[in-house]
Amino acid sequence: MNIAEERAQAWREELRGSMKAKERSSIERVHMPELDATYRSHVRNEEVNLGLTPEQAVQEAKRCLDCANPTCMEGCPVGIYIPKFIKNIERGEFLQAAITLKETSALPAVCGRVCPQERQCESKCIHLKMNKESVAIGHLERFAADYERISGKISVPVCAPHNGIKIAVVGSGPAGLAFAGDMAKLGYEVVVFEALHEIGGVLKYGIPEFRLPNEIVDVEIHNLQAMGVHFITNCIVGKTISIQDLEDDGFKGVFVASGAGLPRFMDIKGENLVGIMSSNEYLTRVNLMDAANPDSDTPVYKGKKVAVIGGGNTAMDSIRTARRLGAEKAMIVYRRSEQEMPARLEEVKHAKEEGIEFLTLHNPIEYLGNEQGRVTHMMLQVMELGEPDASGRRSPVELPGVTKLVEVDEVVVSVGVSPNPLIPQSVKGLEVTKWGTVVVNQETMQSAVPIIFAGGDIVRGGATVILAMGDGRKAAKAMDEWIRK
Amino acid sequence: MNKIISKEYFSANVVKFEVEAPLIAKARKAGHFVIVRVGDKGERIPLTIADADLQKGTITLVIQKMGVSSSKVCALEVGEYITDMVGPLGKATHIENFGTVICACGGVGTAPMMPIVQALKNAGNKVITVLAARNKDLIILEEQMRNYSDEVIIMTDDGSSGNKGLVTTGVETVIQREKVDLCVTIGPAIMMKFVSKLTKQYEVPTLASLNTIMVDGTGMCGACRVSVGGKTKFVCVDGPEFDAHQVDFDEMLMRLGGYKEMEQEEMNKIINN
Ligand SMILES: Cc1cc2nc3c(=O)[nH]c(=O)nc-3n(C[C@H](O)[C@H](O)[C@H](O)COP(=O)(O)OP(=O)(O)OC[C@H]3O[C@@H](n4cnc5c(N)ncnc54)[C@H](O)[C@@H]3O)c2cc1C
Ligand SMILES: Cc1cc2nc3c(=O)[nH]c(=O)nc-3n(C[C@H](O)[C@H](O)[C@H](O)COP(=O)(O)OP(=O)(O)OC[C@H]3O[C@@H](n4cnc5c(N)ncnc54)[C@H](O)[C@@H]3O)c2cc1C
Ligand code: SF4
Ligand code: SF4
Ligand code: FES
Repeated sequence: MNIAEERAQAWREELRGSMKAKERSSIERVHMPELDATYRSHVRNEEVNLGLTPEQAVQEAKRCLDCANPTCMEGCPVGIYIPKFIKNIERGEFLQAAITLKETSALPAVCGRVCPQERQCESKCIHLKMNKESVAIGHLERFAADYERISGKISVPVCAPHNGIKIAVVGSGPAGLAFAGDMAKLGYEVVVFEALHEIGGVLKYGIPEFRLPNEIVDVEIHNLQAMGVHFITNCIVGKTISIQDLEDDGFKGVFVASGAGLPRFMDIKGENLVGIMSSNEYLTRVNLMDAANPDSDTPVYKGKKVAVIGGGNTAMDSIRTARRLGAEKAMIVYRRSEQEMPARLEEVKHAKEEGIEFLTLHNPIEYLGNEQGRVTHMMLQVMELGEPDASGRRSPVELPGVTKLVEVDEVVVSVGVSPNPLIPQSVKGLEVTKWGTVVVNQETMQSAVPIIFAGGDIVRGGATVILAMGDGRKAAKAMDEWIRK
Repeated sequence: MNKIISKEYFSANVVKFEVEAPLIAKARKAGHFVIVRVGDKGERIPLTIADADLQKGTITLVIQKMGVSSSKVCALEVGEYITDMVGPLGKATHIENFGTVICACGGVGTAPMMPIVQALKNAGNKVITVLAARNKDLIILEEQMRNYSDEVIIMTDDGSSGNKGLVTTGVETVIQREKVDLCVTIGPAIMMKFVSKLTKQYEVPTLASLNTIMVDGTGMCGACRVSVGGKTKFVCVDGPEFDAHQVDFDEMLMRLGGYKEMEQEEMNKIINN
């Protein structure tokens, strides 16, 4: 059935007719119930967003006009059939809504939580044209996926009979997981190799539990295991085994989803002082190694005056983590203005509620330390906004001579990541851009080396979960066609 | 999960393990290391691969008890498992016939020096090992070093074994005595700093294998970073060996001390339990 046919089904017609469009659009957008800001800024792992109740979800679903031309879908990188899942929620068929989500998305419970919706699906919702708030598509997506999980009625997808063809996946982040699921469904024997001791990539070591509980990711992983996907942790492709080893071992295709795990620093004076670290180090210690737990052997600083440099999701996650570990003063230092911040709107809002200070239009130029080499101060250059740059964002320029000295005892540098160089370095013939990303055919995700396909952050640089997942699905489809040819 | 096949005590605080790890055994070269983790709440720590047996599919680790994590590894018995082990990591040592090589080590650096001494000897070098410790009881791996060195010079602070003095005294004696083509040093950062200072005076090219604090060991976190020749390098992927004369040891010393209080606390918890 195509979109128009689906929309013409009797139940959809009836539901549409049950309420006037005017009535629907006059309903106020739902507010996600959340933990009290003061309470949550002192507990480590409790999820901030509590999820909609069924009543709230149905009410919110009523706001959706079931548009003939659902522009919202254009905003979703994987084209989730948005009105169909939302109308299923409205009529109380929550499990059906979850099934709809899974037609296109491998990780709806994850994307409903972490997608920058205000820039994707929700930015294209018709409501905005009428000066109303968009339908809360992300909240509804999360509701349906959570409902299915909690109901215990998660359907393990039916897999085609085994075809005996072995496929390797490098990396277990969202790109790798989505690819593995689709290939398993097609009957392939899939083995995922992961360098770390945990499966999940950034979903585990990066994004904190207060935003994305590990349990959510684990359910997806167990699902894949139930479908026959094998996971081998502690195995670095390019170090422990080579792509050649995999070929010799009979693997017929390799999907590289090794992410953008390389932290960038700013190369400024004092950046190697004790107490200054990358957001990758900070979040890995806390999330992967559970360092804030007294039972864990891994140590982590618990600074009282913490600054995080950057304005992305990683920066918000780091500063909110620092707050939860006891920072009395927790600051975001960002060289542009709040408008240019790449972080999700909701993270910025939550951070503010939790008492995070925002030093926008400030940029560190030097760190100062004591005799033990511990950082004690940062020197900030004050900026102002200049003309828009190539990306359309107004670029910050220095206000000559205007600086500010701020006391800190911990600094987390979160100014971006570069693609993981391990695979590009270890495979001959792979085409790589000057930024270190792997070059692929945009349609098929196939690289210059035919058996290697790639997707996610290793192809895009630091991007998003949904794009990584979409790449994985695209690559699975294309690799299947390529192998059968 | 990697099974322990054999365990041998070199001294009360130094243990040699053979561990099942067929893929790592196949891929490793001298100078490579692994990251290991013991237990669900364990820390990831780096350990040099001292040797490998392709037939048995095992690698050898030589571990010295320092703090909590190394003690946990040392406490494992034959038949038990290392929870997680990943590698081989880092750049392999560049081994060739340099001529005469001094291997200067002490403390925590003695174990990781062993495979380098071995590889240098096998490549035809004249190997002079300078082994340093505070006193006689802290000298480890002397016998093993003798098996692969043309000469072993023992230095103790109090003269209770070998010669009295610091590692640098031993190194200087050799340099003054004969032409030295290369010096390799592994040990506490402060020791490497002084070895490097000395060899710079005599213009002897020197490699230092840096034992910075690590987390992932794959270039992902930057915990291991040091300044070499004014540039920030990641020891786990760019090293662990660097031109010692370019390394900012003062910065490294500072960074190594970073978690000292917390480590001490952990250790006290264990001792008091
Ligand atoms: C702190 C943080 C917060 C974020 N928040 C959001 C958000 O709110 N919303 C959003 O959409 N996006 C967010 N992102 C970005 C998003 O997480 C990434 O774009 C996405 O995870 C990329 O997926 P991936 O599968 O390409 O790679 P990753 O998730 O990075 O996974 C790559 C995996 O490959 C493994 N690996 C690497 N090399 C090898 C090798 N040689 N052999 C074996 N394994 C290897 C790595 O260990 C890792 O587990 C965030 C990122 C971070 C760091
Ligand atoms: C590349 C590399 C190879 C190594 N190979 C070996 C090896 O083959 N055998 C071996 O016994 N050890 C080796 N080490 C050192 C070993 O990793 C440390 O002894 C261990 O991490 C200490 O952990 P701990 O919890 O036991 O001690 P902690 O409680 O963390 O520390 C105890 C004491 O050791 C110091 N220390 C902490 N971490 C390190 C470190 N990484 N290096 C040096 N001193 C440290 C601390 O400052 C403290 O004084 C290697 C280190 C590196 C970086
Ligand atoms: S996957 Fe993301 S962009 Fe697509 S509909 Fe869901 S929340 Fe919106
Ligand atoms: S654009 Fe908005 S109202 Fe229209 S179908 Fe999409 S979510 Fe519903
Ligand atoms: S240990 Fe993390 S980058 Fe070297």
